[in-house]
Amino acid sequence: MTAAVSAVVPARPRPQWRRIARRFLHRPMAIVGLVLVLAFIALAVVGPMLTSDPDLQDFQVVLSPPSLAHPLGTDDLGRDVLARVANGARVSLLAGVVSTAIALVVGITLGLISGFYRGWFDAVLGRIVDVLLAFPFLIFAVGLAAILGASLTNVIAALAISQVPAVIRIARGEAMSIRDQEYVSGAIADGSRDGAIILKYVLPNAASAFIVQATVAIPAAIIGEATLSFLGLGVQPPNASWGILLTGAQQYLAQAPYLAVFPGLAIALTTLGFNLLGDGLRDALDPKGHR
Amino acid sequence: MSVPTDGDEVPVLEVRGLVKHYSSGSRLTRDRRVVRAVDGIDLTIGRGEIVGLVGESGSGKSTVGKCVTRLTTPTAGTIRLLGRDITHLSRARMRPLRSQVHVVFQDPFSSLNPRMTVEQIVSEPLKQHGVGSRRDRESTVGEMLEKTGLARELRSRYPHELSGGQRQRVALARALVLRPALVVADEPVSALDVSVQASILNVILDLQADLGFSCLFITHELSVVEFISDRIAVMYLGKIMEETTRERLFREPQHPYTQALLSAAPSADPAAVRAQERIILSGDIPSPAAELPGCPFHTRCPVAVERCRTERPALTAKADPEHRTACHLVTADGAPDLQALARA
Amino acid sequence: MSTIAAAPAAATTSAVLEVDRLHVEFSTEGGCVMAVKDVSFTLGRGEILALVGESGCGKSTVAMSIPRLLGDTRARIEGSIRLDGVDLATLSERQMRHVRGKDISVVFQEPMTSLNPAYTIGRQIVEVIRQHEKVKRSAAMRRAVELLALVGIPDARRRLSAFPHELSGGMRQRVMIAIAVACDPKVIIADEPTTALDVTIQAGVLDIFRRLRDTLGTAIVLITHDLGVVAEVADSVAVMYAGRVVEQCSTGEIFARPAHPYTRGLLGALPSRALMRGGRRRLADIAGVVPPPTVDPDECQFAPRCPRATAACVAARPPLAPFVPGHRVACIHAGGEETA
Repeated sequence: MTAAVSAVVPARPRPQWRRIARRFLHRPMAIVGLVLVLAFIALAVVGPMLTSDPDLQDFQVVLSPPSLAHPLGTDDLGRDVLARVANGARVSLLAGVVSTAIALVVGITLGLISGFYRGWFDAVLGRIVDVLLAFPFLIFAVGLAAILGASLTNVIAALAISQVPAVIRIARGEAMSIRDQEYVSGAIADGSRDGAIILKYVLPNAASAFIVQATVAIPAAIIGEATLSFLGLGVQPPNASWGILLTGAQQYLAQAPYLAVFPGLAIALTTLGFNLLGDGLRDALDPKGHR
Repeated sequence: MSVPTDGDEVPVLEVRGLVKHYSSGSRLTRDRRVVRAVDGIDLTIGRGEIVGLVGESGSGKSTVGKCVTRLTTPTAGTIRLLGRDITHLSRARMRPLRSQVHVVFQDPFSSLNPRMTVEQIVSEPLKQHGVGSRRDRESTVGEMLEKTGLARELRSRYPHELSGGQRQRVALARALVLRPALVVADEPVSALDVSVQASILNVILDLQADLGFSCLFITHELSVVEFISDRIAVMYLGKIMEETTRERLFREPQHPYTQALLSAAPSADPAAVRAQERIILSGDIPSPAAELPGCPFHTRCPVAVERCRTERPALTAKADPEHRTACHLVTADGAPDLQALARA
Repeated sequence: MSTIAAAPAAATTSAVLEVDRLHVEFSTEGGCVMAVKDVSFTLGRGEILALVGESGCGKSTVAMSIPRLLGDTRARIEGSIRLDGVDLATLSERQMRHVRGKDISVVFQEPMTSLNPAYTIGRQIVEVIRQHEKVKRSAAMRRAVELLALVGIPDARRRLSAFPHELSGGMRQRVMIAIAVACDPKVIIADEPTTALDVTIQAGVLDIFRRLRDTLGTAIVLITHDLGVVAEVADSVAVMYAGRVVEQCSTGEIFARPAHPYTRGLLGALPSRALMRGGRRRLADIAGVVPPPTVDPDECQFAPRCPRATAACVAARPPLAPFVPGHRVACIHAGGEETA
């Protein structure tokens, strides 16, 4: 036998998270994504403390373009746009990230169980998901928000619930295909518990699909919040969110285009940030990736 | 209930009348078809014995493996593992017994979790069965990897970083880490190149001599089954056609199907190729979904008689108790000789 | 007859196919992959040449480069491939389409995916015939029946209207061979044609190749990893390792007097050649792994795995040189007693 016994006993293998971090940090675009996302989170957390009162109306400077006093200009009521974008970040990010996170946790749990066990639970859940997916995401969210009533919590709940069916469908498909892999049969034959199989075999191998879903869902939820707020079903004025700012800017698009540009830019950059971050995470979590 | 007095007397695996039918087609409409993957087989594996189960595609050999490891529930029959009836045990009741029976699959590229390191893969069964402390597990895993000939530095690698042969060694290490009484190996070397295949077959024999497990070795390759097995069962369309020791099967095959199978196997020896008259079977293997009366081989058998078409032959010993054949034409006086027939 | 028959008759009259110093490179993200290095062979009428080796040795790349199926964008091909004296590299893609299926046809490993599932097999055979020959549909149909009978499909007339999914794997592979021989090709490239088949079915398919060679005089390049298949049907053998031919001779010779340590290793690894050692069955395995195809040092590529390697082996690459007449080996330690 060619028993390859090495003389040197190597140090304990590096912990997995360190390898993942290393692979992540080797991707410049992933770092750009991370920086963007962190920057907007920072804006949401500390921004409102540094800027002036977002509701302070100054009729001296109605619809004034960017200046030293108001770096991003003022709106139709003379409110500082920078302060309003910073405050809006809170609502928008909360609505986008929290609703998506809730949807992922609920949807992945239900979807993996449904796809792994099949049977009656899967049959019933599958039909419900089919019916719910017949409604477009936004219409579903609008309907739910109308029932729940207008408030930030209810907006998040409505956005989360309306995202769940799509997540269930993805998770269920992943679980079904991974369930048929030989390494899962092997784990069952070894006497692994079902919970362990789902957590150690199915979930990690489905992770990249969920990350991709999350990077698409967060921006969609941010825009969803904007729509709900525009329809009066979301955060109520004078509270700001990027969506409210954007819709408010609509009437003054000709006179004061910067009113739409800055909240729009915020949404676009956040979307970009989450997309790059998601791509980087997906690659870093895949052991087949380089380094 | 016969309580065994001596551990050595209980066979590691005892299969009686095993049947597995799959139904296909819609559940709602009437047009359902039954595929008879395994159609009543008996099989016994003693302690430390390697039994080869050889057959072509559709013979049901892999389904036997799935039933024995209880990855699927048999339609009928009984399976006894170390004397204990496991035929209808629930998954929860089966779980503790799974430390006694392990499985190695054909494809080393899909049989290892791509998101786990070699060390995690091999130690997982220990964790799941709560064996030892973290330290104990680490040393057991190291020892097992060493036995299968894997270098220590491979411990922290992922499956995709390994060659096919290395992966199959990892699969072996995982299957053996709990020291099971029985290993079911389903075509474990069929996806490998011949030089790698040789080293894996050597490792299996080394490990078997070292650890003393029993093995059900499922394959379609005659030369592999001849090399590795102590005893061989030949399957065709869900039934065992012939079962005997390795030497006897290759020296004097009795069943016409076995004779044709041995003759069809390409031999890497031009002299032997020329000396032998090749038996080429006409027709295809019938679909296991069709219900066939009589002997399953009668549609292709060159010596079939009327009785073969109507009456199903039982697997019985004719002259020698160690040599069982399911054929009407094989009697205590002898068996049909297809070689002679082909020469004539 | 052939579209390229107008070309000047080759000086070497017996050779149908001549491959001369073939070199194939792929440029990939990981660098330049040298899949085939300096491979030469000639194939006579009615000859079956087996290209044998393990996965990654380049045997399939050789096979696919003959009918120019590699795709010019990815691969860089050097050396010449001559069919009846005509260099295939000089033909336009349009001329080449005419050569494919007519003069050179290919049988692939996987009969499940090589047939179009939407058409009956009769239509698929007729289409190939009418693509290359000006014959009436009815005449092509009659030809198709003959072809199916030739490859041993019973009840051929009725089978013409069958769809591929209605046939078994063995039957589909027979249909593929019938399509391959439909226009009486000079050369058939068969890439692992029986690997996906059961052994009792394989025996029948190999028998067809033998019959084609004997009755039609078709020359066949058989790509296989199975030395048993080589012994069954091949007339001559080229053993490939890491992109190069390391040993080349007649089939009888390679089994009687294998000279290259790699060939010996392959033969020794066959389970049917098990040795008894210390009361236990053992197989001779080849230690180590195949070198990556991205490097090509001037040394014997097998040396790191070779039991007979010496310093001279890595000093320079041993050329494929005559060992005895008709038997060429790329090894400075060729021959000698069997290494146990």
